[in-house]
Amino acid sequence: MKKIYLLDDAIISPLGFSISENLSAIRNKVSGLKFHENKRFDSGGFYAGVIENVTLNEHFSKIGNPESFTKLEKMILLSVHNILFKNPDLDKSKTSLIISSTKGNIDLLQENNGFPKKRVYLAELGKVIKDFFRFKSEPIIVSNACVSGGLGLAIAKRFIMAGKFEHAIIVGGDLVSDFVVSGFQSFQALSEYPCKPFSKNRNGISLGEAAAALLVSSKKGIGANNICLIGDASANDASHISAPSRTAEGLHKSIQNALQEAQITSEEIQYVSAHGTATIFNDEMESIAFNKSGLEDVPVNSFKGYYGHTLGASALLESILTKHSLLNNELYPSLNFDEPGVSKPLNVIENLKNTPLKYAVKTASGFGGCNLALVFKKEENE
Amino acid sequence: MSNPYKISNFVRIRDQRIFHGEKKLFSCEEATHLKRFLKESYKFLNISYPKFHKMDALCKLGILAAEVLFKNMEIPTDTALVFSNSASSLETDKKHKILMEATVSPAVFVYTLPNIVLGEISIKHKLQSENAFFISDKFNAGLLADYSEILLDTSKADAVVCGWIEWKNAEYDVFLCLISKEGEVSFSEENLEELYRFENE
Amino acid sequence: MSDLRTRLKQSIIEQLNLEEFEVEDIANDEALFGDGLGLDSIDALELIVLLEKEYGIKLTEPQQGKEIFISIDKMAEYIEAHRTK
Repeated sequence: MKKIYLLDDAIISPLGFSISENLSAIRNKVSGLKFHENKRFDSGGFYAGVIENVTLNEHFSKIGNPESFTKLEKMILLSVHNILFKNPDLDKSKTSLIISSTKGNIDLLQENNGFPKKRVYLAELGKVIKDFFRFKSEPIIVSNACVSGGLGLAIAKRFIMAGKFEHAIIVGGDLVSDFVVSGFQSFQALSEYPCKPFSKNRNGISLGEAAAALLVSSKKGIGANNICLIGDASANDASHISAPSRTAEGLHKSIQNALQEAQITSEEIQYVSAHGTATIFNDEMESIAFNKSGLEDVPVNSFKGYYGHTLGASALLESILTKHSLLNNELYPSLNFDEPGVSKPLNVIENLKNTPLKYAVKTASGFGGCNLALVFKKEENE
Repeated sequence: MSNPYKISNFVRIRDQRIFHGEKKLFSCEEATHLKRFLKESYKFLNISYPKFHKMDALCKLGILAAEVLFKNMEIPTDTALVFSNSASSLETDKKHKILMEATVSPAVFVYTLPNIVLGEISIKHKLQSENAFFISDKFNAGLLADYSEILLDTSKADAVVCGWIEWKNAEYDVFLCLISKEGEVSFSEENLEELYRFENE
Repeated sequence: MSDLRTRLKQSIIEQLNLEEFEVEDIANDEALFGDGLGLDSIDALELIVLLEKEYGIKLTEPQQGKEIFISIDKMAEYIEAHRTK
C-alpha cells in the first residue's frame, strides 16, 4: 500500500503553542474565538481567533529576534522549530520543506511596515524559512485557497511515493489580516457571533490565524502506533469560483478517489473531520457529499468553532488534530453545534467521546471550486 | 529517466503575441496595454463567453491560453491543471488594497487567489480534475515535470496542463503545455525548460 | 423616473462588466438573474455594494437582495422608496 507516516507535529494558535495545550482546550470546549473591535462592522467588530503579539514575541525571542520577522514568519518559524528541535538528527538533505499559504505576508502591502517591499511575495516567505533553518533544497510553495494545507500534505505523499525525497515538513500558515477580513465581509460571509458549523442558525465563518507543521516520512516512527496517510485526492467542482457546487460533485469525487486509493470502503471510516466553515452553502454542500459517499452516520466534526477558518493552514491543522484523534481514540466535539441545520442527516459529535478508532477522512473545499479528501489509518505495531 | 509522456501541445502568451506551438497565432502590432491586448485576443480567438469580461487579467490570460491549447481537440476528462508563478495574484491584491480604503468590491476580492484561474478554466472546459497552484520565484521546470509525471503515473490524471502564468507590473508571461501520451516531443524537465527559454530569447 | 432606470442600467453594465450589453439591451422588466442577464451570486454582492455607494442604501441581509434584484423596475422602485442620497 502507498502510504506515508505522520510523525512529529506542531500547532501555533490562539489556543496555545504546543499540541498538548491545543488538545486540552479542545477537550474542554475552549474556543480561541474572541470579539475584536473593527470599525468596518456596524456591530463594532467581529469574532476571530487571533494570536497575541506579546505572547508570540515572548516565545519567538528564544529562537530569534522578533523585530526581524513578520508575524506570520514568526508563527511558521516557531512551528517548524518545534519539529526540528525534537528531531535533531533529521537529514535535511533528504527532507523537503513544503509551505502552504493563501495570502502569506499580505499585510505588508501596508506602507511603512519596516520590511523590504519584496517580502510580500510568497517565494520570499519560503526563502526566509529555508534560510532560517538552513534547508538544502528550495521549498515547494502551494497556494491553492482553503485546501492549501491539506494539498501540501497530499503533495508530500505523492513526491515521497515517487522517491523524490524521504521526508517532508509541511507547514501551513495564514493571518487574520484586514485584507482578508474586508474581503470576506464584502462577501457577507462573516458570522456576527462565533461560527456555528452545521447548525441551523449558522450564518457565516469566523476567521482565525494559526501555523501548523507536520513531519512526514516514508519510514515509520518509533511509537507503538503510527498514523499514515493512505489515500488522497482533489477535484475541482467546475461550477463556480466562489460558491460551492450545489450537487457537491467535486468533494464527492475527491472522497471516492481517496477511498479508492486507500483500498477501503466508506463503511470502514469511523470519523470525518469536515471543512465545516459554517457558511450556509459550504456546510450544506458537505452534507450532500457525505451522504452521497455513505458517510452520513459517521461521527463528524468541524474545528472551526475553536480556531475559526485559518485558510491555508486549516486543512493541515485539522489533519494534525485528526492524527491525535486516531492516536488517542478520542472523538472531539464540534464546538457551537446546536440544532441540526443541513438538509441531509449528519452525525455531528457533540461531546468528547472515547472509542477505538482506526480510519478517518479529512475533507476541505475552497474558492476556485477546489476540493480535497485525505484518508488516514492507524497502524498498530506488533 | 524516461517516461511514456509527450508534450503534445503548448501555448505562449507574452509581449502582445500568442504562439501556438512554434507558430505565431496572433499579435497586436502597435504597442498597447494589457487590457486592450486581452480584448483583441478574445475577439481574435472568437470566444463567446461573457464571463470573460468579469475576470481579472490573470484569469483572462488563462482562459485565452486554454482556448488555444484545447482548440479542436477532445479534452481527456481527468486533465489536471498544474500552474505556477511568482507573483501569485499580487496585481489584483493591490487593487483590493486600494478599494479597502473606500468600498471593497467582492468581484475584485474573489480574484485575490492565484488558483482562481484554475477554477475559471475548469468551469469553461468542464474539468472536474486535480488542481495545484505552486509559487516559485522563477520558472521551475523540475517541479512541474516531477509533479505532472506523478499525477500521470498514479492515474490521478489522464493528461496534465502544466506551466507558468505570471502577471506582474503590467508584464505578463504565459507558458502552458499539454502533457499526454500523444505527440512527438518527449516530456522531460529539459524539454520543458528549453521550450520555455526558446520563446524567451 | 426613467432617468433613474437608465442610470441604473449604466451603473450595472459598468460595475458588473457586462461588456456585451448596451443600455437599450436591458428591458425594465427583464429578469436580472437566471436566464435574463445571467447574473450570479458575486454580481448580487456587487449590486449590494452599488446600492450603498450610489444611493446610500444598506442591505444587511443577503436574503433582501433576492426580493429587490428581480428586475430594473423592482430595483428602481426600491431605490425611490429607500434612497438616502
